[in-house]
Amino acid sequence: MRGRVLAVDRSATPAMAVVRGERADVRLPARDDWRPGDLVNDGGEVVRAGGGVDFPSPRTETARLPRARMANLQARAKALAALRAFFAECDFVEVETPLLVPSPGLEIHLDAVSAGGGYLITSPEYQMKRLLAAGFERIYQVCRCFRGNERGPHHAGEFTMVEWYRGFDELDAIIRDTEQLVAHVVHAISGTTRARVHGRAIDVTPPWPRMTVRDAMRTWANIEVRGDEPATVLRDAVRAAGIELDDTAAWDDAFFAGFLARVEPAIAALDRPLVLEDWPAPLAALARRRTDDPQTALRFEAYVGGLELANAFGELTDPVEQRARFEEDLRTRRERGRESYPIDEKLLAALAEGLPPCAGIALGFDRLVMLATGADRIDDVLAFTADEL
Amino acid sequence: MYDTSDIRKGLKVLMDGNPYTVIEFQFVKPGKGAAFTRTKFKNLLTGAVVERNIRSGEKLEPANVETKDMQFLYKEGGDLVFMDQTNYEQVTISTELIGDAHDLMKDNLPCTVVFFNERPVDVTLPTFVFLEVTASEPGVRGDTSGNVQKPATVETGAEVMVPLFIRVGDMIKIDTRTHEYVERVNKT
Repeated sequence: MRGRVLAVDRSATPAMAVVRGERADVRLPARDDWRPGDLVNDGGEVVRAGGGVDFPSPRTETARLPRARMANLQARAKALAALRAFFAECDFVEVETPLLVPSPGLEIHLDAVSAGGGYLITSPEYQMKRLLAAGFERIYQVCRCFRGNERGPHHAGEFTMVEWYRGFDELDAIIRDTEQLVAHVVHAISGTTRARVHGRAIDVTPPWPRMTVRDAMRTWANIEVRGDEPATVLRDAVRAAGIELDDTAAWDDAFFAGFLARVEPAIAALDRPLVLEDWPAPLAALARRRTDDPQTALRFEAYVGGLELANAFGELTDPVEQRARFEEDLRTRRERGRESYPIDEKLLAALAEGLPPCAGIALGFDRLVMLATGADRIDDVLAFTADEL
Repeated sequence: MYDTSDIRKGLKVLMDGNPYTVIEFQFVKPGKGAAFTRTKFKNLLTGAVVERNIRSGEKLEPANVETKDMQFLYKEGGDLVFMDQTNYEQVTISTELIGDAHDLMKDNLPCTVVFFNERPVDVTLPTFVFLEVTASEPGVRGDTSGNVQKPATVETGAEVMVPLFIRVGDMIKIDTRTHEYVERVNKT
């Protein structure tokens, strides 16, 4: 058994050592010349001495990850292989688009990271839509995305996104893909259909329960949301539900204050995933509005155990409305003192030439690995976090 | 004023005129929404815990709260006199503020006193105190089934339930949060 000697106990007879291999930590009889930190081969020879230093605290060593994290990284590799097999089976083409772009996402609440005279992508959306306009129908991508000022138990500034699109198809097909993909990956890792979130088991067997955003806000927060009401009206409704809110809160801030205080905890308590659909128009982002109800956008979010796993749109394909939304986002960014980015004119040109009706989704791969392995923090499924570099 | 990037455990803020301290916080951000800091605050006057989601950009008002290490000196009527160990200033605090644990306080006990607008609002005792038993009936032999206890009076006058083997003169460890006997300790 080759690996790194973590500890040697010479008070035992015979002397025993703990050796960390790729797959496991093993307790073995220690040879006389073994010291903590040494790398030993299958024959027990020291191939690289640990510098003659005892390591009283193995955790402080840069060459060591906690065992559980190594196991999660092995599960992560399996999850990626399972995911690629799933998409191959469904006849999707894997694509790779640039990470360094001149025009990052304009969404009001995202900060792009600048690099090399441009920006790192916050999502591969714009370039993938250009591929759809070019004639691809089913494409997916697994890539790193970068978002400034996001760090928490479920957020890392650099993370892995799985994004896929279906041309000439509807949002319902994306819901089915999502349910099946998650069940497939969870099964590949755990051998069951149960995801684990904060120690709770969530049965991810398709189909998943669905609820509209307005129903969720009414049921769990006792807040009526229309979408066309002024911010003051929504603020009052949120306050009436007992949630504190200051007068500077915009419409979307008021919405999310209610959502985070009441709806998200309620979703987290469910023992099944939830597809939260029919978002109010102000939260449409890049989704098109329903033709039968312009106050509602064709958008859903998938939650598993309270973890926000994926966001999907019936994609906006109208170049005129798309430009108007970009300009509105930029105006809001300027009003709120956030950095402005250039509009992606090549995307708008592609839309003008004709983007087929399509639906697409972005799913947080790190979070998917969290659910499949039962890891509570995103850090536990990453090789290294930004603070470990 | 503080903003969300200042939030950390122990930060003292003023909300609706009450002083609060941050006991827990977490970054949360809905995919298409603003970043919030989900924060649990403890009211320093009542001990009540509230949770609020503070939006990035929202301001929090600092509370004029100070924590001082102080030594308990003596009782004076219904009040307790403490001394600031850095400048020897004395302050008188009502027993009500200390609650049930006031009868476990022995002279020179080091405590933490929280001041809000220069007024003492909270006193934290050490979790454990060591006190001598001054009175207790001897345990009745034979009555040892289960977890039988008897009352004992300690040097500060408090009555504590102790196991039957405890005798007058023993030094015992008591949990100030619960008034419960923990163990007998050797006299040093």
